Amino acid sequence: MPRLNAATRHRVAFTLNGRPVSLEAEPRLLATDALRHGLGATGTHVGCEHGVCGACTIQIDGQPARACLTLAVQLEGAAVTTVEGLAPERDRLSVMQAAFRRNHALQCGFCTAGILVSLDAYLREQPAPSEQDLREVVGGHLCRCTGYTPIIRAALEAAACLRGEPLSQPSDREPAHV
Amino acid sequence: MKPAAFDYIRARELPEALEALARHGADARVIAGGQSLLPMLNMRLARPAVLIDIMGIAGLDRVERDGDLIVVPAVVRQAALMKRPGLSGEQPLLAAALPWLGHYQTRARGTVCGSAAHADPSAEIPLCLVALDGEVRLRSRRRWRSVRAADFFGGMMVTDKADDELIEAVAFPAAMTGTGYAFREVARRHGDFAIVGCAAVVTRDAIHLAVAGVADKPQRRSFPPLKGSALTDALNGFAWDLEARDDFHATARLRRDLVRSLGLSTIGEAQRCLA
Repeated sequence: MPRLNAATRHRVAFTLNGRPVSLEAEPRLLATDALRHGLGATGTHVGCEHGVCGACTIQIDGQPARACLTLAVQLEGAAVTTVEGLAPERDRLSVMQAAFRRNHALQCGFCTAGILVSLDAYLREQPAPSEQDLREVVGGHLCRCTGYTPIIRAALEAAACLRGEPLSQPSDREPAHV
Repeated sequence: MKPAAFDYIRARELPEALEALARHGADARVIAGGQSLLPMLNMRLARPAVLIDIMGIAGLDRVERDGDLIVVPAVVRQAALMKRPGLSGEQPLLAAALPWLGHYQTRARGTVCGSAAHADPSAEIPLCLVALDGEVRLRSRRRWRSVRAADFFGGMMVTDKADDELIEAVAFPAAMTGTGYAFREVARRHGDFAIVGCAAVVTRDAIHLAVAGVADKPQRRSFPPLKGSALTDALNGFAWDLEARDDFHATARLRRDLVRSLGLSTIGEAQRCLA
């Protein structure tokens, strides 16, 4: 039975956004700190560190998870997705990220990484969500800037876009001064 | 907000986990989904010397029927139970309560048995177990036993589980014909801890109401099929008997008021389901 000693660092290997990675972790190391300090993947933000704020939400094998409520050693063998893995390529936003930008769904951006990761997982499960569905999903995150309304608008718009429906809301047009 | 140091044991089979529990007893904690235990570790409210991870144990991840019981083993995540086909017919109370259990993000990790083990007085799983008169199945190296939910929950985060035992499964009675079920909850934010949660189980001959978030554990009371002011008087008596206390989230008075009003509306909904 594998037993990892508290005082020793142990090798943990998993895939991060499709790339195999590994690091040395004591059993008590949180996944948040493993990602940020061990691997330099600082897109995952650390807010409350007890599972309430949602800023550190990542995907483990496609399912959302609070990285602060996950031990690094629990990531062994898993497929981990963070906000860094959402964009299709460098300098290009994902559909959801672009919708956030168009709809002013972020101000300071601290909560945004977690919300994007949650919504990405949820839309795979439910491609045609209602506004109420999305309010419940986003309810697992704290945002102190936006009042949530633009986040919900962006998520609805991105879901429609991902279903192949044409953008109809006025928000699909960039303001003239941009 | 980082856990204190601990050894980490990844159990591959149930006997391994039971062996480790027998050896380390009160110094060990079992971790499954970790959604209740990790906050306790991060805040150092729990400082176990050994963590025993059971999520890799095969065969504890499938919900099964045992006669009239829906048996949910230790490794079943809350989201998995919620997605069980036909759950709203099999046990409407569970189907109604599960969407209130934490958030989408925590249900994807947290287990049903983990919520029972944590025994938060406002939690939905303990409330449903008590409301339905379900059971908690405990296993250690020395014995197996089944405990009625009402006897399992002893108080705030206190249960009848011995240090060398783990919750192998919880069992919820499936819906019975001629019975109405309803669940309602008031929280500051959907998914946060309930200020008051109510679960009603109603037949033609009796009303059973279980309440979470008021006393130090979920409490169930049975009434004859009262109506009108007789029912509101009975609920008022129940509300006072729960000995609500003021805390950061709500006053005792608000909690009593919610037992009366939310209790009444939950019973009403269960009765409409029965009709």
